[in-house]
Amino acid sequence: MIELKGIKKNFGENLVLKGIDATFLPGKMNMIIGSSGSGKTVLMKCIVGLMQPDHGKVLYNGQDFVKLKYADKRKLRQELGMLFQYSALFDSITVEENVAFPMRLFTERSEKEIMDRVNFCLDKVNLENVNKLYPDEISGGMKKRVGIARAISLNPKYLFCDEPNSGLDPITSTVIDRLIKDITVEFGTTTIINTHDLNSVLEHGENIIFLHKGLKEWQGSADQIRDTNNDSLNEFIYASEMMREARDRNLKR
Amino acid sequence: MRILYNLGAYMILLGNTFSKPEKASIYWKRFIFECNAIGVQSLGIVAIIAVFTGAVTTINTAYQIVSGLVSKSIIGAIVSDTNILEFSPTITCLVLAGKVGSNIATELGSMRVSEQIDALEVMGVNSAGYLILPKVIAAVVVIPMLIIISMGISVYGGWFVGETTGIVTSNDFIAGARSTFRGYTFFFAMAKSYSFSFIIATVSSYQGYHAGGSSLEVGRASTRAVVYSCVLILIADFILAKLLL
Repeated sequence: MIELKGIKKNFGENLVLKGIDATFLPGKMNMIIGSSGSGKTVLMKCIVGLMQPDHGKVLYNGQDFVKLKYADKRKLRQELGMLFQYSALFDSITVEENVAFPMRLFTERSEKEIMDRVNFCLDKVNLENVNKLYPDEISGGMKKRVGIARAISLNPKYLFCDEPNSGLDPITSTVIDRLIKDITVEFGTTTIINTHDLNSVLEHGENIIFLHKGLKEWQGSADQIRDTNNDSLNEFIYASEMMREARDRNLKR
Repeated sequence: MRILYNLGAYMILLGNTFSKPEKASIYWKRFIFECNAIGVQSLGIVAIIAVFTGAVTTINTAYQIVSGLVSKSIIGAIVSDTNILEFSPTITCLVLAGKVGSNIATELGSMRVSEQIDALEVMGVNSAGYLILPKVIAAVVVIPMLIIISMGISVYGGWFVGETTGIVTSNDFIAGARSTFRGYTFFFAMAKSYSFSFIIATVSSYQGYHAGGSSLEVGRASTRAVVYSCVLILIADFILAKLLL
């Protein structure tokens, strides 16, 4: 479980996060949503330690990540897996080397054990015959899947996904969402997804946090989101004509 | 203030770079890779520069100094001394600041922009150590080797042009080169080589590692890496000459 207590972050005069409290549960699809500039990415970077919050606590099972010593932070980070928006695969090495990378660096496993695990992870994300290809030789959707395979290679307790569907077609987006959901349920990981994609939110969101102008405006599940009275959230969800029409059709029924 | 900020950030980066590696075997592979990228792949350009520097030094010396009163062997002495002492270490490193420095800055800058450095950090890898340490050690090992090769080629180039154009005979050239050669000259050149190699690798790494978030910034970081490395090489050249000669 990850808890946030009073997270504040500012860049000069610009207060991006104004005191966020939230809880992210294990085995659940926790989602952070909000319009561009609402502070989603900054919040995620504060959680994984890529940015230092100016105030507040980030608790991993009660351990305050912000106050941990550098060595302890690095140790805890080995329990983290992260899928980046543009996958962030290492260009100079092959797909299988990307997935094997954390294992080679942090475990004493034999090469055979590492390769077995690589094949297991690639199989988990439905990728075949790509082991020897380089990241620039595969499609965007495949890169995302390799990113997921790399993120789960060390059996992480915490999985972070930054805009996992950005730049993907709807079918591939659905595949990626299902993969993340399966991994979350199967391994009981605390998964936090930073997304704009309303399909993902409405289909898989179990614990959704809505950020607006640096504040947590709303928290709930996908079922609750449709009935919310929060104006900012309604504005965000029903920004498109298609969503408004769908809502009106449901009301008429 | 900006200079102090950059100096502080550079020192912190060096501290992180030289901290204990996660796994020596992984670093060893990267070191070998960097030796090839920095050293072997620069051999051609270094050789070309060295040949022409030596050749031009011979022609210039003959044009400016040689008269009936001065022995032609002075050409050999000047060509070997100037190339070993100054031209090979300095010119080679200025060129390598352009080739290797911009390459390092662009590579690290691209990794920064595409979040690959963030990915390393999130995994718990000391990204500065993993990415920069092999480059710095490789640079400090292979660039002095390139400079030694450059010294040999430039003197050879000077002799070759002198001999083939009839400016100076082989015997005069070799006698001149031998007459003024001192071991300390070579020691001083190597001291410069190690210093310049360190400057190229660390300054370029610093610029690339701290590149901003756009591809435009990667280009700017690459330019800064070359400009700052060149200026610092020239300053270090002056300081070392003042201290050691």
